Order: sequence, then C-alpha cells, then structure tokens
Amino acid sequence: MAVIAEPVAKPVSRLNFLLDRRDVFEAILVAPAVIYVLLLVGLPLLLAIYYSLSAYTIYDPTWKFVGLSNFIDVVENPTFPQTLANTFIFTFGSQLLGLVIGKFGAFLLLRPFPGRKIVRALIVLPFVIPVALATIAWRWLFDSLYSVFNWTLIALHIMDRADVPNWLGTPWLAMLCVVIINAWRFFPFAIVIFLAGLTSVPQDVIDAATVDGAGFWRRNYQIILPMILPIVAIGLIFGIVFTFTDLSIVFLLTMGGPVNATSVLGFAGFQTGIISGDVSHGAAISLFMLPVLLVVVVFMLRFIRRREI
Amino acid sequence: MSAVIARDIVKKFAEVPAVNGISLSIPDGEFMVLLGPSGCGKTTFLRIICGLEQQTSGDLMIGGAIVNELPPRARGVAMMFQSYGLYPHYTVRNNIAFPLKTQRVPREKINKQVEWASQLLGIDHLLDRRPRQLSGGERQRVALARALVREPTALLLDEPLSNLDAKLRTMARQEIKNFQQRVGLTTIYVTHDQVEAMGMGDRIAVIDHGNIRQVGTPTEIYNDPADLFVATFVGSPPMNIVTHSGGGYLGFRPENFLPKNMIEDGAATEFKFRVDRSEYLGAERIVYGVLDGFESKQIITAKLPPAHVDEKNIRPGEWHTFAVKNSELRQFDKNGNRATSH
Amino acid sequence: MPRTLRKILGETSFFVGVAFFTILAAFPFYWMLITAFKQNSDLYNVTNNPFFFNEWPTLEHIKYLFRETLFARWLWNSLVIGVCVTAITIVTAVPAGYALARMKSKKGEALGIAVFLTYLVPPTLLFLPLSRIVAVLGLQNSMWSLVLVYPTFTIPFCAWLLMGFFKALPAEIEEAAIVDGCSLFGAFIKMAIPLSVPAILTVVIFTFTLTLQEFVYALTFVSSSDQKPITLGVTTDLVRGDVFFWGELMAGALIAAVPVAIAYNLFLDRFITGITGGAVKG
Ligand SMILES: Nc1ncnc2c1ncn2[C@@H]1O[C@H](COP(=O)(O)OP(=O)(O)O)[C@@H](O)[C@H]1O
Ligand SMILES: [Mg+2]
Repeated sequence: MAVIAEPVAKPVSRLNFLLDRRDVFEAILVAPAVIYVLLLVGLPLLLAIYYSLSAYTIYDPTWKFVGLSNFIDVVENPTFPQTLANTFIFTFGSQLLGLVIGKFGAFLLLRPFPGRKIVRALIVLPFVIPVALATIAWRWLFDSLYSVFNWTLIALHIMDRADVPNWLGTPWLAMLCVVIINAWRFFPFAIVIFLAGLTSVPQDVIDAATVDGAGFWRRNYQIILPMILPIVAIGLIFGIVFTFTDLSIVFLLTMGGPVNATSVLGFAGFQTGIISGDVSHGAAISLFMLPVLLVVVVFMLRFIRRREI
Repeated sequence: MSAVIARDIVKKFAEVPAVNGISLSIPDGEFMVLLGPSGCGKTTFLRIICGLEQQTSGDLMIGGAIVNELPPRARGVAMMFQSYGLYPHYTVRNNIAFPLKTQRVPREKINKQVEWASQLLGIDHLLDRRPRQLSGGERQRVALARALVREPTALLLDEPLSNLDAKLRTMARQEIKNFQQRVGLTTIYVTHDQVEAMGMGDRIAVIDHGNIRQVGTPTEIYNDPADLFVATFVGSPPMNIVTHSGGGYLGFRPENFLPKNMIEDGAATEFKFRVDRSEYLGAERIVYGVLDGFESKQIITAKLPPAHVDEKNIRPGEWHTFAVKNSELRQFDKNGNRATSH
Repeated sequence: MPRTLRKILGETSFFVGVAFFTILAAFPFYWMLITAFKQNSDLYNVTNNPFFFNEWPTLEHIKYLFRETLFARWLWNSLVIGVCVTAITIVTAVPAGYALARMKSKKGEALGIAVFLTYLVPPTLLFLPLSRIVAVLGLQNSMWSLVLVYPTFTIPFCAWLLMGFFKALPAEIEEAAIVDGCSLFGAFIKMAIPLSVPAILTVVIFTFTLTLQEFVYALTFVSSSDQKPITLGVTTDLVRGDVFFWGELMAGALIAAVPVAIAYNLFLDRFITGITGGAVKG
C-alpha cells in the first residue's frame, strides 16, 4: 500500500459510544420537547380531569373527591342545554358556511388572472389577523348606534332608524353574528385548503376522465371530490377542533349574552372556572368538549394512517 | 493479512432477513466486487461494514480488530455513496478536508493531504467550487478524493457509476480501477452490473437473497459457476441450462454452442437445434432456438462469430446439428449446485 | 354576436365574484383602517356617510395610543414573549423534528403523530389547570407565564413541520458525514441544521405569529395592564368602563395586525403543506 492506515483508536469505554447508538441519540433529541409537552399538556389534562371530580375552588383548594357530582350540577343547570346547543350551532353552522363559501372562492381563484396574488393576500386576511382583533372590528361594525350595516339599510330606505336591528342585543341575531364572524374567519382557510387539494389533482386524471366522457358534474363529484377529500377532511378537523373550543369571539363580542343566548362551552368554562373561581365546575364544563374532540382525533388518526399506506 | 473479515453476518429488518449469513474475507489491497440483483442485500451489507447499520448477529473485523460495537467514526473505513453525498454547503476543498477535520488533524497536514488527493484525481482546479457547480464526473472524483484523503483501511463503493451516463461510465470504470491499483487500497465495490464486476474485480462475490453464492476471480465465476444462479446471472446472454437425463442439469455458454463443423477437435456432445430467430450484432450473431430432446426453462441461445456463420446458413425454422466440447459442459445436480466432476 | 356576448358576460361575472370575495374578506380591515384615522366628530355622527372621510383624517388616535396608554409597553411585551417563546421552541423542536424524521421504527412514527395530536388539545381544556400551575410557580399575572405556556402549542406544531422538512433532506449527506468521522450529533449540527436554515426561519416566523395571535391564555393568566401582550391589551384595556374608544381601538388593532398579516401571508403555503402533510399524494 502506498498509504498506510493509522491504527484505529480503541474505545476507552462503552459509555463513550453510548451517544453513537441511534436509539439513545434520538431519544435524547426528542426528550426536551416530549418532557415539555408531557409536563404542560399531559399533566394539566390529568389535572383537569381530577379537578372535575373534586370540590376544588380557588377559595377552598381542597382535593376532596366528590365523584361525578360536579357533572351532575353542570347538567342540571338550566342554562347548560342551551350552552351545549349553542356550541354545536356555532361549530357546525360556521364550518358549513365557511366550507360552502370557501369552495366557491377556490374555484374562482383556481384560474390565473392579473392581480391574483394580491387578491389572495387580501382574501386570506380574516384567517391571518389575530382573531381577537378582528372580533373587535366586527363589534364596531355591529355597533348598536353606529353600525355601518344599519346606516346602509337606512340610506337605501329599506328600513327606518326606529326599527333597525340591534345586532348584538337580540338573542337570535347575536347568535347569527357569532356564527357569521367565525365563518368569515375560516372561509379563507377553506379556500386555501381546497386550492391545495385541487392543484394536487393531476391534470392527466382530469383529462382522462374528460376523454372517457365524464361531464362537468361527474368530473367534479366522482373524480375530483374523492381525490381531495382527505385534504379537506384534515382542514375540517382543524376547523372543528378550534371552533368547538373557542371562547375569544364570544368573550369579545357578546360576553355570552344577551341572556346566555351565545354562551358556548369554552366561554362557560372560563366564566365559571376563572371569573367565578369555581375551578371544579369549570373543569367539568370544559370536559364536556372531550368526547367530541376524541371522535375528531380518531378520524384524524384514520386519515393519517390511510395516507401512509 | 485480511483488511475486512465478515463472519456469519445476518441483518433482519422486522424479522425479514436482508443479509442472511454472509461470511467473507477480503485481503489487504484487494478489489472485491459484490455482485447481485437489485434488492439482494448488497447495500445493507456495505452499510453494516461501515457501521451505518448494526448487524443482527455475526462478527465483523476491520484491520484485525473486532468492530461490532464501534460507531462508524472509529472504524477507519471510507464510503462513497450512490449519489455521492457531497456536502452542498461546503466547497470542494472543505468537502475533501472534512474527514481530516473531524479527526483534528493539524491544519498543515490537512492542506497537504487535500493537495495530494485532489492532484491524484485531477480536480485541483475545482477546489473552490461548490458541488452544485460540478458535472457528474467531477462530483464522483470529489467523492473519491474525500474517501481517500484520510487513508482508510478500506474503501466502500455503492454502485458509484449508476448516476453517470453510459459514455462516462466506461471511462470512470477505468479510472477507479487504475487509481485503486496505484494506491493499493482495499476496496469493496457493489454493483448489479456484471460487466462492471467482471472488468474491475480481483475477485467477485455473487450474492442472492442475502446469501453469497460464490466467491472467485472473474474467470472462476464465469467458467466454473458454483450453481445455477451464478451460471445464469453472469454472462450475456446467460448460460444455457437444460435438464439432464440423470435428474440434474447441463449448462453451456452460448459462445461454446456452435455448429458441429466448427468444432475442430476433442470430444463433443451433439444437439439437434431448431433455429427460431437470429440477430446480427456486428461482432457476433446471436441465434435463438430450441433443442430436440432436452427440456429447458429458457430459450436456448448460441453466440456465433459472424465471419464463420453467414445468414444464408442459419435460417429460422431449420434444424441444425450443434455441439459443445465436453470440456465446456457444466453439470449441476438436482438442487442446482455444481456437480463436482465432469 | 351571442358568442362574444356570452364571453363578456362570463368574464364580468367572474370578476364580480372575485370582487365580492375580496370585499367580504377585507372589508373589516378597511373598516379598521378608516376608523383609525377619522376624527371623533366624524365617527360619532350618524348622519355622516361612514364609508369615507367626511372630515380631514387625523393622527390623534395613534398619538393618544402611544402617549396616554400602555400601548408601547404591550408592543414591547409581545416582542419579549415572542422572542423567548421562539427561542424555547427552536431549541426543543428542531432536535425533536430531526429525530422524528430519522426514526425508522413504527414507534417513532407513532410518537410523531402523538406529538402532532397534542397541538390539537385546545387551550380551553387546559387553561384551568394551567392557571393553577402558573400560580404555584408564582407567575400569575406576569407575562412570563405566557412564555412558559405558549411553547405547549408551538413545540408540537413546529416539531411536526420540521419533521416534514427533515424527511425531505436526503439522509445520505448525514451518513457520509458519519462515515467521515462525525458523531451522530456532529452530523446533525454540521449537516442537517445548515442545510435546513430556510425551514428553520419559516418556523421562527410561524412561532412568532402564533404567539401574537394567542388570546385565551393571555386573557386567563394576565390581568395587570403592564404585563399584557398587544392583542390582549388592545381588546381589553382600551375600553374604559363601558365606553369603547373606537378610534384608538381600531388604530391599536391595525398596528398589531399588519405585521402578523404580512408575515403570515408570506409563509401561508408552507403552513398549509405543514398541516395537510401531503394528505393527497401528487
Ligand atoms: N431500512 C430498511 N428497512 C426495511 N427493509 C430494508 C431496509 N433497507 C433495506 N431493506 C430491505 O432489504 C433488502 C435488501 O436491500 P438492499 O441492501 O438495499 O439491496 P441492494 O442494495 O442489493 O439492492 C430489500 O428487500 C430491502 O427492501
Ligand atoms: Mg443498493
């Protein structure tokens, strides 16, 4: 040999090479993240469950176990059925509305046209602006005295100043406003999700379907929709999880009012647990969200699995 | 002394063996080729040698020491990857210097070594470029220089030519072989291309389904295949195999399967051969057909020097008497292994 | 010419549709903008046309924000929170994302999915127990509680995003480094990280915008004005008693929203790829 290999350094001890084992190395790298999440997500989740089974309040922090009595109290509260119903109306109403608007928007934006980039940047604003700030702007738009909608109604002589709607003061209108604001917030997300799905459908699949004689509707509902379904489902799961548990819109727009008309689970849990300091009942209210979330998570898992096969 | 010794190496991925008990001893300075079809476990075996995979069982010795427990950096082998694995964010100079830097070699020594390696491969004018500014052939040389620079105990190459176009490939083959002979570096070269294997290897290990079927010089592999797999994997067109009356198999190379009148002397075995089709390839003529009285799974081929065999003499549909010298006949038993005597 | 007529009609309705969507999305933003610069006498006059300036625009609301309120302090708080949370997130999520991407076993895959699912655990389920934990740590009513809690959602999300990026990075480069004498850790630091700087930058921007958008935890844990981040300060502190000062409110909301809107827009595509995770294969 023209070059002579230098002798290999012999290991001093096995410990030296512990970090060279892939499993050890990978475990060390994920450890900080996993520990952080376990301590500040896993542990609180267990605590929430425990609080809901105890008589804990911030004034009397006992750990006394009271079984399911908190849950029974919550269910027997006369306003609870309405809160529960509101949560479902809020979630599914706004998601459905958002999806429908989003689908049309996506079809419009699919086609290239001059200025599409700017239009897209403007259209995604509702999803991009912090929801709390957007809600405040909507509150101003729905103001009882200076609402721009009411001004327009009067200016167009559709209504008289005397009988314009009090948007946030009428129960059913207030609920409608909350739903609309959330739909408004999520429709750009739906557009972007649909666009991501539609652009991922290979053109040759669509061409092949056209050649095979599939018309516009058949192409849409039998070819394209099934192909983008997984992507849309994941978007929808996101929307449902974050809407179902949201409290910021209700908190900033109506404070659950008028007379509980817009109270949702997240808000009720906040009101009881934080404002009134009744941690155990607040936790019990929040935990009513868990079953729905679990169903969503199971769906999510199925989609992720299917993707990887 | 042997640079690399593998003893009964087994590697299972989720209970499925990729390497199924390979034992191999590679002497210092040898150019060893691992040849086998795609998916037979060549890459896995190579990755076990350099330590990127841990074998399920078996022992590995490099430079005389057992290295089963050692991480790659303590094994002193170099590897050249299929798509070279150059560091895109480093210049060529830093790419080549990298293996020395990790060993904390002093600066002047590094410069000297980089100089040496880059001159050896004729890339000293490229030292300040980045990998993406290089052509395929240049990238390959940089990868080689990087593998060499720290004077490894053994150099491992995983299908290094598969990313080059056909023309460059022949040249690069020559270059690698030349340079290996000059430096005398122990080299383990993986390929699925038998032409590369035959042309470059001092010895060839033929692998199938994670097992070594035969180890030998290119001549041994070609002339005395150890079993039917080797016989049919090496050679193009492959060796003709027909069932033997005694329950085994008979094999003969297409170039030894000639019209009877072309066999001048010595004992020969005759066959009735029906020509189905023939192809003129310039330097030779390939004739396809079937034999009378012998079973075979494939079409029988004969490779004839065209000067001797005019198209007029061999026409589709005709029956001819062909023969093989007895010394060129290979016998295999029922299990496909080479029968010892012939 | 019915053909051309139909084409013109089609084009017109297309652009009407586009205009409708644009207005639907951007109108509240326009409203913020115009309100922020209107004089009060213009704002609170029901006979004025509210769509335009009836009097000269003014900077008085913005001046007021910076002179008479804690607005500057909230901006500073948000910056501090954002920087700290981003630092914590990068330090934990980059190694985690890398390890998750390189794990070969089924267990690694399951861990990756589990990490992602924790991103879906909503603040509303956690704020009660977390408020107790924050109190035990003596962080109640302090913005540092947010620095502690925000990584609970930024780490899972960013680890998931980064996992995708690292998976797209060929392992061959790191393996070459390992054979060339690097330890596993060395290959991570010297190869994987420099080669994913753009991805890490994306994650930095995301983390920052996520912290700016958060509202529920801030509302729950922080009540002293001087500790509030910008979104919370603007939406809860600019209302005195029952009176809303819309000019200041909208000015504050605008200033807080513009940087988030710009940053987010730039990285929206990566965000979408991150959460859909290639649910449809191309
Ligand atoms: N990391 C892995 N996990 C599971 N199976 C693997 C892995 N690497 C290789 N294999 C399997 O092992 C066998 C041998 O692969 P490989 O060594 O890459 O073959 P070759 O290089 O000869 O083409 C193949 O069947 C392959 O699917
Ligand atoms: Mg291979």
